[in-house]
Amino acid sequence: MKADYPPRGMRDTSGQVVGMEIDMARDVARRLGVDLELVTVLSSNRMQFLQQGRIDLMIATMSVNDERRAAVGVVEPLYYASGVAIMARNGSGITGLRDLQGRRICALQGAYYNREVAEKFVKGELIAFKGVTEAEQALLTGQCEGFVYDDVIHVYKKAADPAKWAGYSVVLVPEIAPLPWGIAVRTEDRDGPWGRFMSEVIVDWHRSGTLLELERKWLGANTPWLMAKHEELKGR
Amino acid sequence: MDPFVEFFSWLAREHGIRFTIVYDGFDRARFLRGVRTTFELSLVCIAASLVIGVVGAMLQRSSFAPARLLTQFYVQAFRNTPPLVQMYFFFFALGPALSAALDPGGGPILGSFAWAAVSLSLYAAAFNVEIFRAGIEATPRTTIEAAESLGFSPLRTFAHVIFPLALRVSLPALTNNLVNLVKTTTLAYAIAVPETLFVSNQIWSDSINVPEMMLTLLVFYNVIVGLLVALMTRWERRLRLPGYGR
Repeated sequence: MKADYPPRGMRDTSGQVVGMEIDMARDVARRLGVDLELVTVLSSNRMQFLQQGRIDLMIATMSVNDERRAAVGVVEPLYYASGVAIMARNGSGITGLRDLQGRRICALQGAYYNREVAEKFVKGELIAFKGVTEAEQALLTGQCEGFVYDDVIHVYKKAADPAKWAGYSVVLVPEIAPLPWGIAVRTEDRDGPWGRFMSEVIVDWHRSGTLLELERKWLGANTPWLMAKHEELKGR
Repeated sequence: MDPFVEFFSWLAREHGIRFTIVYDGFDRARFLRGVRTTFELSLVCIAASLVIGVVGAMLQRSSFAPARLLTQFYVQAFRNTPPLVQMYFFFFALGPALSAALDPGGGPILGSFAWAAVSLSLYAAAFNVEIFRAGIEATPRTTIEAAESLGFSPLRTFAHVIFPLALRVSLPALTNNLVNLVKTTTLAYAIAVPETLFVSNQIWSDSINVPEMMLTLLVFYNVIVGLLVALMTRWERRLRLPGYGR
């Protein structure tokens, strides 16, 4: 689980990890009839936690690409999708990826698009932090002019706390195609009983509308990708 | 193709052992930039911490009480707090406050590299002050009296008699502290200074080759710390005075 990605995984006022993905994990534990042990991970270490056997199931906002499919057992079907956006300081002149060259741009270590953004657009190193809080702090204190991160989280933050983000705008980046998110088990478990069980659970979540319901509960609305997936799997 | 690059490409193809920094141009360029940043950060911090260390050790012996007190306070403050906490404090607390005070509405006055250099230099210098103090206190009282009786002023006594002797006594401890300083530059990764550990983390996040990059890092730090130790040992040998200190 992640604890720095509201509203998928975050800490509530009492320090408990709560969120949409935590509810999903609870449902898995309920179906298995086992006790749930939540382990919080970061984007930069989540695959290692799984590979080393420190966790058995990873639901951690992970976008899926070829490298990641090779590293961990990504369970089909995928469960969510997000694209990329820049939270840019107003007046910085950032209106899209083309404006990023030579700028001080914050990012989160371990995001799949960091390399593409650094290589093709910033043409230099990103100022990448381990945690979202540090990256936001660096943006708010002027250490960087924009923060490149998942669109869903920027949109959510801007809506959830308009006062804090008054001087900033969310610039969507359609050039980088949205990637779907995957739940993962260890590679050797993917085609075994554990992976097949999880696959059935995810199909059921889509079909029964559980994911849509959870998204409404945590985000207040539904995203097109999830609605399309529900329609696609409903008839099966 | 270069046989070296060819070998690592073959290793990746046939065995899945992916040292991308050898055959992937982008990864290689960012790794080399990281290595350069580590060298720059290390050199800046070593130089600054030596200067501050010597000045601090001088101030500690000053006849002006506030100077002694201030040095003592500085040494205590920086020696007794973790370097990562200091770095976070400089970068996330002091930096923004200074920028707001000096240049409201403008950009940050110092970037992450500069703050890392400031905080690591001050951290290592606090230890250097104490290391030099130990050397100074080991200078025989009689030697100092001899210098005074020859009419040396306090400053000249320090520069020409006390410090050259103190330096020789301090060198082994100084080597330890500088080795530690070079290794501590990896903390700058926490405030996104693109040094070797930082770029390695970027590379293994993108290429998912954690064991390969870990190995590279271990070898890299072994080599640069080994170089530093070799340099310091040579210096120590060259400075040795026959009959003094052993």
